[in-house]
Amino acid sequence: MNIFDIIGPVMIGPSSSHTAGAARIGYVARKILAKEPVRAEIDLAGSFAETYRGHGTDRAIIAGILGMKPDHEDLPRSLEIAREKGLQYRIETVRLPKCHPNTAVIRLWAEDGDMTEVEGASVGGGNILITRLNGLESAFTGQCNTLIIPHRDTYGVIAGVAQALAAFRINIGNFRLTRQAKGNTAIMTLEVDGDVSRELLMLLRALPNVLHVVYLHANE
Amino acid sequence: MLDYMNLCRMAQLARERSISLGALVLADQAEQMETTEEKILETMDRQLTVMEQSAEKGCSATIRSMSGLTGGDAWKMYERACRGVSICGDFCVNAITTALAVAECNAAMGRIVASPTAGSCGILPGAVLTMMRKKKIERKTAIMALICAGGIGMVIANKASLSGAAGGCQAECGSASAMAAAALVEMAGGTPQMALDAAAMALKNQMGLVCDPVAGLVEVPCIKRNAAGVMIAITAADMALAGIQSVIPVDEVIEAMRDVGEAMPCALRETAQGGIAATPTARELTRKIFEKGENK
Ligand code: SF4
Repeated sequence: MNIFDIIGPVMIGPSSSHTAGAARIGYVARKILAKEPVRAEIDLAGSFAETYRGHGTDRAIIAGILGMKPDHEDLPRSLEIAREKGLQYRIETVRLPKCHPNTAVIRLWAEDGDMTEVEGASVGGGNILITRLNGLESAFTGQCNTLIIPHRDTYGVIAGVAQALAAFRINIGNFRLTRQAKGNTAIMTLEVDGDVSRELLMLLRALPNVLHVVYLHANE
Repeated sequence: MLDYMNLCRMAQLARERSISLGALVLADQAEQMETTEEKILETMDRQLTVMEQSAEKGCSATIRSMSGLTGGDAWKMYERACRGVSICGDFCVNAITTALAVAECNAAMGRIVASPTAGSCGILPGAVLTMMRKKKIERKTAIMALICAGGIGMVIANKASLSGAAGGCQAECGSASAMAAAALVEMAGGTPQMALDAAAMALKNQMGLVCDPVAGLVEVPCIKRNAAGVMIAITAADMALAGIQSVIPVDEVIEAMRDVGEAMPCALRETAQGGIAATPTARELTRKIFEKGENK
């Protein structure tokens, strides 16, 4: 925590958890898709489902999906902007068993059919926790610089990533691996100290069996 | 480096170095964030600018919240301030206007600085911007006061909580008032100990305040609690500057606030199940808001 967690963040109101946090979940979903989304399905659960209109949670999530940060002036107009840009969206309220009170599931599609599903919770003060990623369990907050690397579940991939980071003198603060079944797609999530450079990202993307690399900068 | 767990210790350090609380926190934050004091001052200057913009935007006759429940009250207060007829005097009526304006800007999906939260975002600007305007306090001094307020907020966050869901409105508006009270003392040139006494007195006066937002929205009673919150801060600051001390030290008051928050039933912690949110009128309004939503 630092002074700007208290005198801050700068955000569009009215609620840090229902508006600012919601926008961040949408933003992270877009970053993970890593392409311009053309279709979005959003499921709202818990108190998101109950109060989303009065808090602009729907507008905040769509704004995030459009690439706006929680303090973007256009956030309240995001539904209109989505229509102008041709982003199709559908918002539904659902019941999710055993989820955090403020949870959203976001499915995004790109023009070429690529699809991402992100489940995230708004945990207070505008902070979020991503709880599932493309059906796999996850747990990251985006408060540290984070690398999300879907890869083929086979030997040597993790070592390759770790070596590449070491070569760039990047320390790993937290590491998490989830997989569905042996040999399928797995996802590693790494929280790192220091900034990951463009070269390092290129190197990581070129590693064998790495499918995709998403980098979330803490200040985004 | 400071651990932000003990305000009395921080005041003692500031006294030993003959600097203000704000200056102590600034130096420490520069070290902890591995940056320079100038960088922190620059960012805080931007937060202050956002506060000014939200106060401007919220003071409007036509502004309305998403639910339609609130808006336009800051404008009414502003008109009264202009007529010069208020009971509480020029400074206070302007502080109330600013607090309402920022809180109404928030409810209308405007841009604000959560300080410490969105629901309580009007209190600190109500104090700081009014000092700048009415007492000709320099911008530099106002920025240092925000840093002082941030230091108080960090200690409350560490020892108790700043969220209504966790600790009731005393944790949001109460903490904001404590921060604003300390900021006022710092701007008025009081000692670090006076700043702490002011913070303690402000927090004591909101001890037990529950979080009970109508329909779960950050509007009723939140917006008007920003007005009352800044008045409590002004009262506490003036008392401290007069030399009145808080009998109970601020660190103990914060711990008491934490204990009261933990003892609060869930219905009084942001769930809209109790307090003002559970009144017949609130229930009726809730029904109407959700009906309107369904028809959209
Ligand atoms: S009543 Fe609850 S939501 Fe409203 S300002 Fe207080 S703590 Fe925040």
